[in-house]
Formats: sequence, structure tokens, C-alpha cells
Amino acid sequence: MTPRLAATDLACRRGDRLLFRGLSLQLGAGDLCHVTGANGIGKSSLLRVLAGLLNPYAGEVERAGAIGLMDERPALDPDRPLGRALGFWNALDGGADAAATYAAMGLADLLDIPVRYLSTGQRKRAAMAALINRQVPVWLLDEPLNGLDRQAQARVMELIAQHGAQGGICLIASHQDLPLAGLKTLALEEFVP
Amino acid sequence: MITTLLRRDLSRLFPFAGRGGASLPLLFFLAVAMLYPFAVGPDPQLLARTGGGVVWIAALLAAILPLDRLVQEDITLGVFDQLKLRNVTAESVMAVRLVAHWLSFGPLLVLATLPAAALLNLEGVTLKLLLLGLIAGTPGLAAVGLMIAALTASLRAGAALAGLLLIPLTLPILIFGAGALARGDAASIGFAGAISLALVAVAPFAAGAAIRAAREG
Repeated sequence: MTPRLAATDLACRRGDRLLFRGLSLQLGAGDLCHVTGANGIGKSSLLRVLAGLLNPYAGEVERAGAIGLMDERPALDPDRPLGRALGFWNALDGGADAAATYAAMGLADLLDIPVRYLSTGQRKRAAMAALINRQVPVWLLDEPLNGLDRQAQARVMELIAQHGAQGGICLIASHQDLPLAGLKTLALEEFVP
Repeated sequence: MITTLLRRDLSRLFPFAGRGGASLPLLFFLAVAMLYPFAVGPDPQLLARTGGGVVWIAALLAAILPLDRLVQEDITLGVFDQLKLRNVTAESVMAVRLVAHWLSFGPLLVLATLPAAALLNLEGVTLKLLLLGLIAGTPGLAAVGLMIAALTASLRAGAALAGLLLIPLTLPILIFGAGALARGDAASIGFAGAISLALVAVAPFAAGAAIRAAREG
């Protein structure tokens, strides 16, 4: 099945405020898209609407293929060692070669350390590993570079490019420049009422 | 999927597993049973007559203690969102959590009733009715606790409010469960059990709906 993520005439409201409206979007296999905009403009809300975690105020979202979301919450139990916290998600997802992913994300030495002792960047890398292990075609990344050192940032860029090359979709909300070939841009300012 | 969820829930909630704090409700329960004879005096007849009720109150209060970590933490961590993306419904997550929550305090509470009964001079029929009542009533206590924990999870003073809300809602279980002690017959334990079952049946759906509402909020 070829993955697809499409939105038509999307509007999102949080509380009393209309964040954006009239947003349409078409992403197919291999598409990488950068969502830009100032803080609080609704980048994260857009990602949550596309993921199906929030109901849009108006408009529709069509999804083909499973969705993976990585946001600022890594969903890893703070009191468990990283290996077991990630192991929980692995057991649910099944399939992937977890050890190889941990090595690729530089987590191999951290697996015995409780998640609460890890730094922001290390947690982000762990969340990325959990996303990769899921092997889903659609990635929604909310500020994937925050807290990462330069080496890890380059690694994440590589992974996104690779994901696109393999026919995956990736939507990235970030205020940083993303050095990716064939990157589309979605400027959220254009849809602010 | 169910076993994976249950294993995680138990490792977080079960006493003596993982971090400390989960065994506190049990110790709290025993502490109340131990303090009561000091407070009312050592008259064996008085203790035997009122002790069963005290055990019930202690069980109720012990069931309140773990509520703050039952649901709220997983909302903050984004665990429910990630589960939803994997097509695991909030209802099944809550059903599993209900089982884990009960397992982590119900059976141990029943066991701890034995030393508590010795302290309160409860024996014979009274002890039997007390144990049967707790076995019938604790699933209901767990179900009410889970529903309230899910409803108050996104509120700022949720934990304190949860305790306050739990007490009136557990009244029916208390009336029939502890009432069996006063009358000395087992019939009303059946009522407590029936109320318990109804609450257990409703809890996953109510708690699941509360989690979905918290996500939209």
C-alpha cells in the first residue's frame, strides 16, 4: 500500500482561538515536508490533528498507512531503565531489529540507565529509536532536532532522507533549517485567520 | 498486546516492584488497624464489635492512596497518545489497568486483614464475613478509583479531589459490605459483589471516555 496523507480545508481551534484555517495538504510516497511558523502558531496542533489525536474544527484528514508521531513527550517510563522502557514499545510493535536501531541512535551504552537520569537529547534519541522500530510509513516529527548535539542532528537528517528514499512520508515541524533535498515547505503563517 | 500492557502496569503499580511508594497503601492499612486499639482502649468486646468497620474504612482509604499515579502520569508522558497511534483503544488500556490496580492492592489487603484482625480481636464468623466482604468489595473500590483517577487526571488539584470524590461513590459497597458484619449474615455481601461487578463493567468505558476528553481539552 502506498502511504498517503492528505488534508482538505483544515481548521483547528484551541480554546477560543482559531489557530489556522483553509489548510490543504497532499503528501504521497517519498514526500518530505517542513512545517514552519512562529512559536504557538499551531505546528504541534497541526501534527496532532493529522495524527488523529485531535479532532479538526473543520475539514478532513485522509490517511493511508500507519502514523508515527514523535513529539516533546518521549512516552518512556522515567523510573525504568531505558532498555526496558523501549522494550515495552518494541513488544507492542514487534518485528524490528531493536539492537541495531539502538546502536544506530547511539543508545547501546544507555540501556541500563533509568530514563529520568537521561538528558533531553538522549531522550529524544530514544524516542527516535522507538519511532524507527515501529517501521511505519508516515512520520510526524515535532521539533526533532531540539536538544540534539550536532552529530545526532546529522544522524536524524540522514534517517529522514533515508525514510523518504524508501517511499515514506515525513512531515517535520521545526523552526530550524533542515538541509534536506526535495524538501517541501508549508508556511503556517499563510493560514492564520 | 494485553500481556505487554499488563506487565508494564503491574511493574509500575505492584508493591515492592520497581520504585518504592507502591507498598505504602498496605502499610497505611496496617497502621490504621494498629492505631485503633490505642485510640478507643483495649476493651476486647468493643474492638470485636467495631473492628470490622475500621478495617473497611482503612481499606477504603488505602484504595485512595495510589490514585494519583494511576492515570495522570501516562497522560503527561504521552503514553496514551502513542497507544492510540498503535490502534490500542483507551477502553482496553483502562480495562487492563483496572486489573493491574486491583491486583496491586486487593489480594494483599485481604491478606493483611489477617494480622489486622488479630490486633482488633476479630475472629470466627466476623472474620469470615469481613474477608468475604473485602473480596467482593475491593474490585468495586478499584473500579471507582480508576474512573475518578481518569476524570481528574487533567485537573491541577486532581489528586486531592479524587480522594474527596471517591468516598461518596463507594458508599453502596461500604453499606452492603460492612453492613454484613453488623447483621452477621452473608446475604448483603452478595449485594456488595453485584455493585462491584456493575462498577467493574462500567469503569473501562467511563475511564476511556475521560482520557479521550482530556486529549481534546
